[in-house]
Amino acid sequence: MPQLDFSTFPTQWIWLAITFVVLYILMSKVALPRVGQVLEERQNRIDDNLEMAGSLKAEAESAAAAYEKSLAEARAEAQTVIKQTADQINDEASKKSDELAAKLAADVKAAEAKITQAKDTAVAGLRDVAVGVAKEVAAKLTDGSVTDKAVNSAVDAAMQEQSS
Amino acid sequence: MSNNPLSQFTIKPLAPIEVGGIDASFTNSSLLMVITVIAVTVFMIFSMRGRALVPSRWQSMAELSYEFVAGMVRDNVGNAGRPFFPFIFTLFMFILFGNLLGLIPYSFTFTSHLAVTIAMALTVFLGVTLVGFIKHGPKFLTLFVPSGVPPVMLILLIPIEILSYLSRPVSLSIRLFANMTAGHTMMKVFAAFIVPLGFLGGWAPFAIDVALTGFEFIVAFLQAYVFAVLSCIYLNDSLHLH
Repeated sequence: MPQLDFSTFPTQWIWLAITFVVLYILMSKVALPRVGQVLEERQNRIDDNLEMAGSLKAEAESAAAAYEKSLAEARAEAQTVIKQTADQINDEASKKSDELAAKLAADVKAAEAKITQAKDTAVAGLRDVAVGVAKEVAAKLTDGSVTDKAVNSAVDAAMQEQSS
Repeated sequence: MSNNPLSQFTIKPLAPIEVGGIDASFTNSSLLMVITVIAVTVFMIFSMRGRALVPSRWQSMAELSYEFVAGMVRDNVGNAGRPFFPFIFTLFMFILFGNLLGLIPYSFTFTSHLAVTIAMALTVFLGVTLVGFIKHGPKFLTLFVPSGVPPVMLILLIPIEILSYLSRPVSLSIRLFANMTAGHTMMKVFAAFIVPLGFLGGWAPFAIDVALTGFEFIVAFLQAYVFAVLSCIYLNDSLHLH
């Protein structure tokens, strides 16, 4: 078994020592610090980016909150304006309708007065006509023996009888 | 190429060197160690050339190996293990690349040699013991005294603890050496049957060798991982006692 040939041990040990020490120096002084540095830089970069993302998120959230707030304020304002306007319109409308009702009532009153007056006039005229007609009729039927006074009282009595 | 399944482990000098009467020849084993150092260095340094924020495939692999070993050290040793991270990383990559490069046909697996594995295991063992004494002084010896045990039992348990502590480098080195040797020997044994069995029968050992190759990739990674993780656990014992 060549592994147990002790004459080869010194050369193996010598070259093992040389190569291992060289590799150790290369790794510890050159290779590993380089890799470590790259890994650290990457970690820092990732941490920075995460931090930035976090702050941006907070910013976006506060902006969204401000937007919501202003939206709610605007909505509330709009509600009050609508309410005020509606109240105003209602007030005006009721005022106008009151005015209109008052005016209409006055007109009705005036018209009624006019009608009453016209009716009275008409009734008064009717009596005169009736008296005239009665006189004529009496004059034609009789020979002027009926007096005006009698005609008048008869008409009055007839009208009294009609209206009651 | 000899059909002896163990001949693949023979160490062949490529350039004879002798320093002070000691044979320090540059061998096929040394060549693979040098190639391993170059491969790991190229992998770790050239992959990170771009230092990109979003890594390329190669950079991502280099980062993955870094984070894999860093996680291993963090999980098994904690923060106190940070200064030892480069050592554990070098150990892991050296064994891993040594195992993987050894899987290339006609190359050589230096981790299949007891001399190499025992040297690495003893380095870990002595280093860990030294760290323990530096950090805790004589109090480090309480590592051998299990807590919450009746004093009578300690007479039995302390020698067992010491024995198990001393067996650590043995098990650590034999595990890696035996796994690599066994795997490569097995592949060679089956490979030796392919041509003699001919066109009709040769496919069976060939199929086994294909499966074994895949299996050996797992073993190559697993053994590097086990070696590194056990080093971490031993280090943790030294740093934190119990």
